[in-house]
Amino acid sequence: MSVSEKPRFIAQESLIGTRVTKMDAPEKIEGKTRYIHDISLPGQLHAKILRSGRVHARILSIDTRAARALPGVHAVITAADVPDQRPIGVVRDHLPLKGDRVRSLRDEIAAVAADTEEIAAQALSLIEVEYEDLPLLANPEDSQKPGAPVLHDDHPDNVAMRFEYSHGDVRAGEAESDVVLEDTFKLHYVTHCCMGVSGIIVEFDASGSLLMYSNTQVPFLHKREFADYLGMDPSRVRIIQPPIGGGFGSKLDIYPFEVICVFLARAAKRPVKLLFTREEEFLASPTRQPVLLTLRSGCKKDGTLTFRQVHTLHDNGAYTSWGATTPFVMMQTFSSLYRVPHCDYHTVAVYTNNPYAGSFRGYGNLQATFAIEQHMDMMAEAIGMEPLEFRLKNAQDAGEVTGQGMSFKSCGFKECLTTAAARSDYSRKRRENLEQRQSGGPVKRGIGMASMLHVGGGAKIYPSDGCGTILKLDDFAHVTLITGASEIGQGSETVLSQLVCEELGLPMSAVTVVNNDTAITPWDVGVHASRTTFIAGNSAIGAAKKAKVKILAAAAKKLECAEADLDLRGGWVIRAASGEALLDLPRLLRSLHFSDKAELVMTTFYYEPPSVHQDKAFKGDVSAAYAWATQVVEVEVDTETGIVRMNRVTAAHDVGRVLNRLGIEGQIEGGVVMGQGYALTENLLVEMGVMKNPNFRDYKLVTAPEIPEMDISFIESMDGEGPQGAKGVGEAPAICVAAATANAIYNATGVRMFDLPFTPERVYRALAGKSEKLCWKPE
Amino acid sequence: MSLMHDIDFTLNGVRRRATVRVDMSALDMLRETIGLTGTKYGCGEGECGACTIQVDGVSLNSCLMFAVDCHGRQVVTIEGLGADEASTRASALRDAFVEHGAVQCGFCTPGMMMQASHLLDRHPHADAESIKRGIEGNLCRCTGYKKIVDAIVAVGEGIAP
Repeated sequence: MSVSEKPRFIAQESLIGTRVTKMDAPEKIEGKTRYIHDISLPGQLHAKILRSGRVHARILSIDTRAARALPGVHAVITAADVPDQRPIGVVRDHLPLKGDRVRSLRDEIAAVAADTEEIAAQALSLIEVEYEDLPLLANPEDSQKPGAPVLHDDHPDNVAMRFEYSHGDVRAGEAESDVVLEDTFKLHYVTHCCMGVSGIIVEFDASGSLLMYSNTQVPFLHKREFADYLGMDPSRVRIIQPPIGGGFGSKLDIYPFEVICVFLARAAKRPVKLLFTREEEFLASPTRQPVLLTLRSGCKKDGTLTFRQVHTLHDNGAYTSWGATTPFVMMQTFSSLYRVPHCDYHTVAVYTNNPYAGSFRGYGNLQATFAIEQHMDMMAEAIGMEPLEFRLKNAQDAGEVTGQGMSFKSCGFKECLTTAAARSDYSRKRRENLEQRQSGGPVKRGIGMASMLHVGGGAKIYPSDGCGTILKLDDFAHVTLITGASEIGQGSETVLSQLVCEELGLPMSAVTVVNNDTAITPWDVGVHASRTTFIAGNSAIGAAKKAKVKILAAAAKKLECAEADLDLRGGWVIRAASGEALLDLPRLLRSLHFSDKAELVMTTFYYEPPSVHQDKAFKGDVSAAYAWATQVVEVEVDTETGIVRMNRVTAAHDVGRVLNRLGIEGQIEGGVVMGQGYALTENLLVEMGVMKNPNFRDYKLVTAPEIPEMDISFIESMDGEGPQGAKGVGEAPAICVAAATANAIYNATGVRMFDLPFTPERVYRALAGKSEKLCWKPE
Repeated sequence: MSLMHDIDFTLNGVRRRATVRVDMSALDMLRETIGLTGTKYGCGEGECGACTIQVDGVSLNSCLMFAVDCHGRQVVTIEGLGADEASTRASALRDAFVEHGAVQCGFCTPGMMMQASHLLDRHPHADAESIKRGIEGNLCRCTGYKKIVDAIVAVGEGIAP
């Protein structure tokens, strides 16, 4: 059929739920994608940062004379050279360049911009710094002791943040409990390990406007923050986001290296590029926050949960980033994953001389779920109930409003539980493994489950949780989708295009996405909280619907019929009832454009989810929808070596609705394996403030031969507010794995492990009854 | 001042010369001297595989190879993969990576492609377990590897007689 030939009828086809290939996959596969590492600007200088290498010390002197005299060096800056620098970060406690004192190994002392990286490195080696070491605060447990070193003078108690939450009356809950458990869980340091290291390119143009090539996940917040920081008009700050080599939450805050590179570009009056080495990426990137968590839980003999009381101590590190605020998410899990009538939650995040904690996929929920889901198994055992039955008895349903004020409009939790249990044959295997604990060889099999609740419809943390879209149709019915939402590898551009094509009856090939330039794209709060598909998706649909109204109105006029009788399909205006092709869409668009009342079909839409900010007591329906999942992990534990092999993960996720099956499978598989690393292999070793393993040789990421078999089920609860019924999924798959693994190891061996990770040595020691005892007790 | 050295080698099927520092890695030469940026820096110490290239038909980490050691050799990077007689397989691999969803952020992908193509050249009938072993030295933080393995398995079987 030639292009111009008119088809008589066009059959209805939907893209929703199909396997749509990623739009940028071909160029990435061919190595043609230009990441920030691959971009060079004319006249560009190369920057390097001198870091303290001391954990806690006073700076006595910094001598940069030799570095400044080195040929090829264009700028050397220290704190003294940037008197206008101000603290950055969540509570503004972090000066980018340290002038009088360093509080962690990674602290920035000086920076150089030079013709080449080699010259910059040589210049760093010529900078002489004199230090006087200060007493060290390496353990969060020590931070509250009398006489502990004080890290920030304006925080004499070393407390960076506190959170207090409560609903009901835990004393009453405890009084009516038949079983009460209390245990302390210790969660370790891990870090994002994005395959592309951090980097930035900064340029001031002829008019003095600031242009940053940045991998930030929050370009519009960055734009405002940098403008504020530099005292510039925000309209003169532009951020271009080249494709990003992994995000996972690591790029949600403003970091010293970014500010320093801006200062260097200002001083050198040239474009400056700064890239981390892998070692620097380990040393100077945020981590997932280590947590010491004491959980007290109770239930009645009939399996009804009675109360939950939580005390957590967070290692904030030397400065405050988003890691300190993860209690926002943790408390949701404690208060609302199950129906708990009484719940208290107390958190204190304290300063130490350790690496500072940022945001990382799951945002505190891995830690909370690790504790809760072990206690669920332990309580079930204490009252002699099947773990599955115990969970089902307490699981949330659609229509519930929790003690924290979260309102569950769509909720497939129970279906997640029963589906994952059935597909893994959980109950039978659990019983058989129990029977075989005492018999057989040294390798024991175990199966364990864990479930999770996470925001799935954005999270109203900032003044707006919205996203804007601009949609343009050209003369050939090609769509340019201009969205505020960033693509960070997760496939947002593909799923957003899919949603637009679904509304406009166009093939995927008809869309170009523009999503990486604050000078062009409309506002969005950023890639966080599993929000992009939900928020940007609704925004894209809103813009597409407006375009469709315009197009059908024009077509109805031309065809002299009612708009309601028409629809769009396959690049044609069709008769809705029969699918009969009536008008060629490109021709219609051209006729609008070239008419007397010339008009282009361009629309804008801003979507703000119907959620609310939490009140001061942390109560309120903070997300427009909530995601649920149950994962069952099967392991083999070699009791002679402590090696835990993860054989199979059965995952059931309430995702609202599957939009792109290929993309969502990829999110879940990747999340599960990230969770596997958290559970079994990854451990950032920090001793006395010193990172011992800042490299891939000693920080063990999961490799291909170790991955489990994965069985994934999607529970489609069709959320009423979600784009085509979908809910967020980005963080969910990483959350349950460690908790389920702990339950599986218990099922295999009868030994409970409260500390992560489950590396062979630690498992072996636990099996031998030699695990370290925890000493911290909440007051 | 570092010593410079002239080398002569074949890059992606084209013979060429380059003047390189003697302490320069093949990775830096490719990216900085020659300007082929498809080969990625991930760790600089042979642990992540993002910089995988093929030299005389063998895959290796270009960050661990000196540029001067490219002299007299056949070097293939992601930009030249499939330009020779093995192009059917390289093209099938590209399609399979797209179709199976083996790409997310894509930063590991060029190295993964180079390793996968080398693996199938050596072991066209490799099963899933050997393929997992074969890409063990290539780290990916996004996908959980499953779709990468699926893509390579599909091509291996597809080409097998």
